[in-house]
Amino acid sequence: MRRMPVEMIKEVITEERKKTLKEALVEFYYSWIRPILKNRRAFIGSLILLMFISMATVGPLIVPLDLTTRWEQRFLPPSWEHPLGTDYAGRDIFQQIVHGSREVLTIAFLAAAYAILIAISIGIVSGYLGGVVDAFLMGITDIFLTIPSFPVMLIIAVTVRVADPFSFAAILAIWMWAGLARSIRAQVRSLREREFIEAAKVLGMSTRHIVFKEILPNIAPYITIYFIRMMKGAITASVGIMFLGVVPLSIVHWGVMMNLAMFQYGAVYVPEGIFYALSPLMAIVLLEYGAICFASGVEEIVNPRLKTYE
Amino acid sequence: MISKRAIKRIAYSLATLFAATTILFIVVHNIPGDVIYVWVYDIVETYGVSWEEAERIARVMFLGYEPDKPLWQQYIDYIRNLLRGNLGYSPTFRLPVNAIVASALPWTLFILSLSLSTSFIIGVLLGMFIAWKRKTIIDPIVSAYAAFTDATPDFVTAMLLFIFLAVRLGLFPLKGAYDAEIVTPGFNLPFIANVLWHAALPVLSYVIEHIGAWTLLMKGSAVSVLEEDYVRAAIARGLRESRVVTAYIGRTAIIPLVALIAISIGSMMGGSILIETVFTYPGMGYFFAQAIGRMDYALMQGLFFLIIAGVILANLVVDLIYPIIDPRAREE
Repeated sequence: MRRMPVEMIKEVITEERKKTLKEALVEFYYSWIRPILKNRRAFIGSLILLMFISMATVGPLIVPLDLTTRWEQRFLPPSWEHPLGTDYAGRDIFQQIVHGSREVLTIAFLAAAYAILIAISIGIVSGYLGGVVDAFLMGITDIFLTIPSFPVMLIIAVTVRVADPFSFAAILAIWMWAGLARSIRAQVRSLREREFIEAAKVLGMSTRHIVFKEILPNIAPYITIYFIRMMKGAITASVGIMFLGVVPLSIVHWGVMMNLAMFQYGAVYVPEGIFYALSPLMAIVLLEYGAICFASGVEEIVNPRLKTYE
Repeated sequence: MISKRAIKRIAYSLATLFAATTILFIVVHNIPGDVIYVWVYDIVETYGVSWEEAERIARVMFLGYEPDKPLWQQYIDYIRNLLRGNLGYSPTFRLPVNAIVASALPWTLFILSLSLSTSFIIGVLLGMFIAWKRKTIIDPIVSAYAAFTDATPDFVTAMLLFIFLAVRLGLFPLKGAYDAEIVTPGFNLPFIANVLWHAALPVLSYVIEHIGAWTLLMKGSAVSVLEEDYVRAAIARGLRESRVVTAYIGRTAIIPLVALIAISIGSMMGGSILIETVFTYPGMGYFFAQAIGRMDYALMQGLFFLIIAGVILANLVVDLIYPIIDPRAREE
């Protein structure tokens, strides 16, 4: 009989209250949409990101890719027909940027997703268990943090000869998770000492419940911010690797476009080639700027005390 | 006197070096077959030895291990060779890797130290100024600038500088570290001027890229120090403004930034691969990119080992001198 109250409390806490769709939408609006609309930085960032996401998803359906060589239309300046001009073989640059955005964003998204998964697992296990496991995992994490990632990514990418976005993203992710794993571990350690986790333990809740229902929701906003930052990092790294021309994925990938402009067709040396040389550069800068704005805007919303870049 | 902390840091550095060389060994052991066949074919053509003998020579000469020995013996030999500075022979440049390193390393060290010290010093001074003056017009400008350079990968900055300042305006050279036809290497003014002229754009790429971040870091650090009681006391005692800012705020605020220098060196080393390639600047990064592009594993592993060793050493040095510059870290 004495166990009754505890069982009742447990039932109340673990019971999933079914929300109606309308309630869920209203909650989503007040917790995410409204703060983002009100925060200037997050708003600008989300506009830029939405533009690139729609470019990568529906863009290729609207703008067809035509890679026929037309030497007489070589390096044309921007016009209504060619919004960004034409490349060294008379092909439309805007079409290439649109189709390339799908490649760039797919790799960045996959890499960030893989890296987040690794970081969450290692961070939570390390922070929650502590002791020897913690010391061992953090030792490994430190090694991954110290070794400069870009040269290793290059070496592995040429050795395994990646040719598809999934394995390319995996190679990037292996060298991206360490920083996040460390901070998740620190957050889990401080959460572990808090009353509500203690209460959950006293109530005899399963570790799975504590980790997935109590700890994870508390670090979720933080992970969102990191996800966007990691996508930015993955864009820089993947474009850099493609810029060296060692991963043969697609000729419309922005990094490959930069490689062709810089080393193959001399677009950087002729005045007419300037639109071909600059288009992928500007696309990368704009996309990463959007990611940074969005990430720091969300950070301001979640944690008003922290103001990066302000 | 070596403290417990120092021993721990050294042990950790060795573990990292060990992990990095193990990764290298695994990579070198899993080279795509066709890459080796090119070398083997070359050796068979040149020396007229059998295919098997040539393959053995290729592995010993270019990769630094003997395929006949057991795996653990290969691994030990491999690491021993690396630690002895015996980095092998580059098949594409037809030079010992040591010779390539000897010619490339000084240029990279020159560029990196110049860039790091320039961006660090300007960033620290600017950050201190912004923190002290509080409401100035420079503050939002620096913030916007830092966000913008954060969004611009370093090789994009390098390419923009290359296209506009070197190609379009012709203000700077297109490639190389100096003009061998015009100047003679040595301690003479024309040579030094020529070297600086060639180094200007690579250095500028790093400085543009990192100066905003250093400024923001210093500002953040200095603002937190400003609240300290001893700073208020110094101001109340009527000390000169310059003395309060430098000796009381600056000295304390700069300490956390020193720890970041090692991390910065690591990221600059990575960035040098692309930046030196854009400017065809004959440093470690340029040769690393060449090795990657031509599948020259001998050169690749030698340069990678040096980059890793350099970064680990930088981390270790910062860790070891940290208690000296920050007395608060000593007690722990």
